Amino acid sequence: MRRFFKHRLAVVAVVMLAVMVLLALGASFTPYSPTEQDPANPFMNPTPSHWFGTDELGRDIFTRILYGSRVSLIVGLVSTLLTIFVGVTVGAISGYYGGNLDNILMRITDTFLTFPTIFVLIILSSFLREQPFPWLKNSVLVVIVIIASLSWMWPARLVRSLFINLREREFVTATRALGGGSVGIIIRHILPNCLGPILVSGTLQMAYAIITESGLSYLGFGVQPPTPTWGAILSTAQVHVFRAPWMAIYPGVMIFITVMTINYIGDGLRDAFDPYVVHTDK
Amino acid sequence: MARYALRRVLQSIPIIFILSILLFAMVRAAPGGPLSTAYRNPNVTKAQIELLKKQLGLDQPLPVQYARWLGDMLRGDMGDSIKFRRPVSEMIAERIPNTLILVGVSFLVTLIIALPVGILSARKPYSLFDYIATTLTFIGQSVPVYWLGLALILVFYVAIQNPYTGDPLFPAGGMRTIGGESSLSDLAWHLVLPVTALSASWAAWYSRFLRSSLMDVLHEDYIRTARAKGAADRVVYYKHALSNAILPLVTLIGLDLPSLFAGALFIETIFAWPGMGRLFWDAARGRDYPVLLAVVMIDAVIIIICNILADLFYGVLDPRVKYD
Repeated sequence: MRRFFKHRLAVVAVVMLAVMVLLALGASFTPYSPTEQDPANPFMNPTPSHWFGTDELGRDIFTRILYGSRVSLIVGLVSTLLTIFVGVTVGAISGYYGGNLDNILMRITDTFLTFPTIFVLIILSSFLREQPFPWLKNSVLVVIVIIASLSWMWPARLVRSLFINLREREFVTATRALGGGSVGIIIRHILPNCLGPILVSGTLQMAYAIITESGLSYLGFGVQPPTPTWGAILSTAQVHVFRAPWMAIYPGVMIFITVMTINYIGDGLRDAFDPYVVHTDK
Repeated sequence: MARYALRRVLQSIPIIFILSILLFAMVRAAPGGPLSTAYRNPNVTKAQIELLKKQLGLDQPLPVQYARWLGDMLRGDMGDSIKFRRPVSEMIAERIPNTLILVGVSFLVTLIIALPVGILSARKPYSLFDYIATTLTFIGQSVPVYWLGLALILVFYVAIQNPYTGDPLFPAGGMRTIGGESSLSDLAWHLVLPVTALSASWAAWYSRFLRSSLMDVLHEDYIRTARAKGAADRVVYYKHALSNAILPLVTLIGLDLPSLFAGALFIETIFAWPGMGRLFWDAARGRDYPVLLAVVMIDAVIIIICNILADLFYGVLDPRVKYD
């Protein structure tokens, strides 16, 4: 922990992420609705009453950006948790037990790794939306699930290699000799030793999920309108790039800042957990 | 080596097979399925839908449909596009070269930027150059490719004009000037913005990766040995260090290929580049499932082939690796 706080940029990044979460939570406090249209005032330039101007339907862009950050942060966080959960489970089982089980699981992992990810995501998203199950009607949920379903392979491989390394260590042999069960060894003894790398890969995954969600929404295959998302704002901005060029700037800057913040946090975590990093105080 | 290559090819066949089943199931088993646009169209009668179903073989059970589709695919027949009523193979043959031009040029530009930047950063770590390069790579890694493309259009098409003619500085879309002579310089002019957008983040990733990989290698014993023997700095860096540090980069590029195609999809969509990505996007919006399936399958095969090539190339670069 102390080593993490030595990484100054990472600390700044944590503060910025906290500010973003607060802004996302505070979105309801703006005087405008994110979806209500005001046809009398489309394409307004940024003014004191509309900080970022208005879009083609007269909606306040600042408000929509704030609501959009809710979607991005939720998709980023939940799909990362799901990815890590599935990946760690597969990796732990594969690495701990080895043998045929490992072989089968790794073959499946390799198959998923050769998928042309974005293409499969688009197909999944467009066809899942047609499903009759009511719980799938929520496109945020669809996006969360499909991103996780094509990302779990990376943590799975990471955790597997860590487990292969750790399962032969003395403390594991000792626990086994004391009569500890396999599940207990996996969860209580080996897993805590993998926490650092898992956290770091979690930050990478979160950055990836946020970029992917916005990208899918930008292409029209992510979270569906009228829910405001950064990607959706970006794609309307492209249509009106001559009338309202400023519209394209805000969502992009928001995605950029969020992703960079998360990347810096990951960098700080990596330095904090990696015993081989030499700290040079300049 | 030939035997190893053959074994890898044979191993990848079940992977392609599983992928094809999954994709086919996804596209065909969805309720409404391939004909959902027809169902929603009030002008299409029930009888017409039945006829369409029969024509497309959709009245057969799913496994039969799959077997037929697979058989056709293996013979190179990818079916007809529902929307354009043309053979899919013809449409894809038109598009593949365009995507390869875009991705290939971007990849070259990436290497031309990433290799020198990575090497120079590692040679003089914590110098001013390294500091600037690290900052830029961090920015490059965090900028989404679709926004970079849009931002480039905003700056070089919308905002800045050619001071002599008043035209936009660079074209915002397409591969060639419509109605103009098709020439190499015209193509290059159209390539500038998409290639810039596409290579920026790859160059950032690869230069950063090469820097850290080089820095790791520089601590190895054989580097100290080479130095102790009085090898010149240049020889140590380029002969001893670089040839070892480049190895993980080759693996990374091999694993990274799906994301390269993803980037191409976004860039082709933004810049109206007539490649596979754009074709796929149009097909996805119009539910043109024969096109969808064909594009994904071809991309998957390309990715698998490139993975095998990357592994073989690894063996060429690293004589310690033995294939058996």
